[in-house]
Amino acid sequence: MEHDAAVRGVSTGTTIMAVTFDGGVIIGSDSRATRGGEEVSSKTINKLVQVHQRIFCCMAGSLADAQAVLKTASFQLNLHSVQMEAPPRVIAAASLLRKLCYHNKDELQAGFITAGWDPQKGPQVYVVSLGGMLISQPFTIAGSGSTYIYGYTDAKYRPHMTREEGLQFVTNALALAMGRDNVSGGVAHLVVITEEGAEHVVIPGNKLPKFHDE
Amino acid sequence: MEIDSISSGSPASPSPLGAQPMQLNGCRSFRSMLGSPDISLANNAYWGIPSRRWDANAWKRQSSSAEQLPVLMSLFGGEMSLLRSPLQPPSPGFSFDLTERNAVLGRLLEGSPPPRPVKTGTTISGMVFRDGVVLGADTRATSGDVVADKMCAKIHRISANMYCCGAGTAADTQKTTDLLASNLALFSLNSQRAPRVLMAASILQDTLYRYGGQIGAHLILGGVDYSGAHLYTVGPYGSVDKLPFVSMGSGSMAALGILEDRYKPNMEVEEAKVLVRDSVQAGIMGDLGSGSNVDLCVITAQAVDYIRPYQESQYTNGRNRKYKYPPGTTALLSEKVVPLRMELVTEAVQRMETH
Repeated sequence: MEHDAAVRGVSTGTTIMAVTFDGGVIIGSDSRATRGGEEVSSKTINKLVQVHQRIFCCMAGSLADAQAVLKTASFQLNLHSVQMEAPPRVIAAASLLRKLCYHNKDELQAGFITAGWDPQKGPQVYVVSLGGMLISQPFTIAGSGSTYIYGYTDAKYRPHMTREEGLQFVTNALALAMGRDNVSGGVAHLVVITEEGAEHVVIPGNKLPKFHDE
Repeated sequence: MEIDSISSGSPASPSPLGAQPMQLNGCRSFRSMLGSPDISLANNAYWGIPSRRWDANAWKRQSSSAEQLPVLMSLFGGEMSLLRSPLQPPSPGFSFDLTERNAVLGRLLEGSPPPRPVKTGTTISGMVFRDGVVLGADTRATSGDVVADKMCAKIHRISANMYCCGAGTAADTQKTTDLLASNLALFSLNSQRAPRVLMAASILQDTLYRYGGQIGAHLILGGVDYSGAHLYTVGPYGSVDKLPFVSMGSGSMAALGILEDRYKPNMEVEEAKVLVRDSVQAGIMGDLGSGSNVDLCVITAQAVDYIRPYQESQYTNGRNRKYKYPPGTTALLSEKVVPLRMELVTEAVQRMETH
């Protein structure tokens, strides 16, 4: 993740992540937006965007670029869904983002994590990086704050977690990253996506778990 | 000196139409794709795509001034070629050719800074209260270190139920909000619907994003529509944030401190007006780029109260700029009154959809 001051305009700074558990995915982010790496321009920015009923994307990088790409991608995804007369697959959403990021890589500074549930393949997590690489992983972390939690997530992740274990994993990881990264902070937004639908959980900053912070 | 060599003419300058100093990448840019009609309003034919995209970094990479001479000649020659063919329709949208010229000139005239455009300095703020939205702004416009306008109007009308405060480059905020107002009025007439605040924010986002931050407009958009009171902030790069209270401009940090301390949801109108006034006052006192009076605009579902000025600056020079003469100063010799009668021919009432 390049230096925050190099991002044009308002930067999402950011710690974003997504993890699959038994029966669904959990996607989470912080809520801080910064300008030039020095000033917090918003404490409550929304980085989790619902592109379809069971597909969420979270954004990293330049806020303007990410919002513009997500607007275009969710429009195209909806059109695709109407044409196919079926809910879109998670890979379709991720592919649309990848197409936009790759073909416009000279002008864009935005990366995304797409997570969701579809009937064909169940819970999935995809990450589209800055240059437009698209890969699928059981869990993924991104953003400037993610560098501080690679060790934690690698050590603590287990496949086939329960919903509660997954929520605790994401909450702890976000709290650790927000504690160490200056451009991540605010509240933690988590969305749990399962076959039944999407559920939004917000954890205010003072209710996040503390790790030797007292 | 390099300037003399320009006037004496440069040898072998390439033909203005042939020289293309800025090579675009061949594929359509992301921003030009956003200009396609299915995304923007049909009325946005005026919003063309810049004919050439300006890449700041490419200019910085050019090292020798010898490279710049033929470029400069081609730029001047390019403009001359436009004059030579008046029958050709001008390319739509903004042309950024002069920014390239400015960049080259700035490097040739090393040391002396180019003239700065008029910026508003500015403290603007807004908040959502129980019945609607209150917007506030100072009234100082600066050009470098000089106050260019002491009574500048920074709260612009977008529609009957929406107003927008603008900080940054004065011309950019005025033009952007004017165009938004015109397009929304056309939309209203074509669709028989009152526009939503979300729509205005979305249009601003698309427009500013397309110009990649070159339009220096930092806006606070507030209004009341059928779904309630909303307050948005739009940055010059096209980022949008929806907030209960916000401040922008050079005095935004001072104003934000006041808002952070005293904001509560569902405040009453008088308390809200005082809070916004206090936040703008903090910017006026604490920031050199803000000053003079405080303007307020209170928008509710029933009415709009545009209070200009809400508070006048105590630091005036006492000059009375109204030079009206009382009636009777010039002797009245004769008077003839001709009433203009107008006949009501037809009257029609058309309901407008509110959602």
